[in-house]
Amino acid sequence: MPVTLNHYVALASVIFFIGVTGVIVRRNPLIMLMSIELMFNSANLLFIAFARVWLHNAGQIFAFLVITVAAAEAAIGLAIIVTTFRPEKYVDVDDVRALHG
Amino acid sequence: MIFFWFLAAILIASAVWTISASKPVYSVVALLLNFAVLAVLYLTLSAEFLAVIQIIVYSGAILVLFVFVIALLSSGVTPFATGPNRLPNIWMPASVVVLAAFGFLIYALSQTSAMQARPSGPVGSAAVFGSVADFGRALFTVQLLPFEVTALILMVAVIGVITLGGEQMRDADSSRQQAAADRSMREAILREGGD
Repeated sequence: MPVTLNHYVALASVIFFIGVTGVIVRRNPLIMLMSIELMFNSANLLFIAFARVWLHNAGQIFAFLVITVAAAEAAIGLAIIVTTFRPEKYVDVDDVRALHG
Repeated sequence: MIFFWFLAAILIASAVWTISASKPVYSVVALLLNFAVLAVLYLTLSAEFLAVIQIIVYSGAILVLFVFVIALLSSGVTPFATGPNRLPNIWMPASVVVLAAFGFLIYALSQTSAMQARPSGPVGSAAVFGSVADFGRALFTVQLLPFEVTALILMVAVIGVITLGGEQMRDADSSRQQAAADRSMREAILREGGD
């Protein structure tokens, strides 16, 4: 049985849902951010697999753009985490309720 | 074939390790393994430029940023690991929701015809596909506008980070100036009282 596109789709969706589980279950903002990176990477894997199957490099260009956006997102997210949690003893997103009403 | 399954197994195991590790540092290590294996997988899909970018940008820049933030935040009094880790509480309902969503995705994929569709744009040849030259030519000719938009996104990110970090620095500055003013006023009062 050769490796087909379906294998890559299945692998990418498994990794994507592991990332979703991480965002839902964990309350540590750093691990949530890493789970988001996992989801970005599963999408990238799909883009590159489809680009390979169709021999069309628009998918690779889009994966490149996703990597750029992920870098920007990680920089801003980590800056927000540092400004929010620096005075705290714990790091837990549920403790942040300045906008709780 | 065996190589693919080998890589896929490491990929899934390291992803699970990332979200289930007790300390964020272990998560970073697992994520590093994940990204490295993913770069190998990109190489097998003949995306050589992206494999290199994956290593340089993700493992070299983003994960180092994560490590810096972990070092910064956990230098306080409380060890980082004693922070709330409520994995067991909502593990069951969350996994049910995620498995339901996963099943829906697989069902939707099996119903759709998008997997059999063909691309509308120009199609490259297999010999040169994915080489750095091919990628670069596409990036600077056909896809020039998205590339420029990327530069704009990065600039927005830089300005955002400077704004967020600058606020903190201004706060620290103003409190330091306030303390200095208080001290000079106190000294002035003391001097007058002494005279």
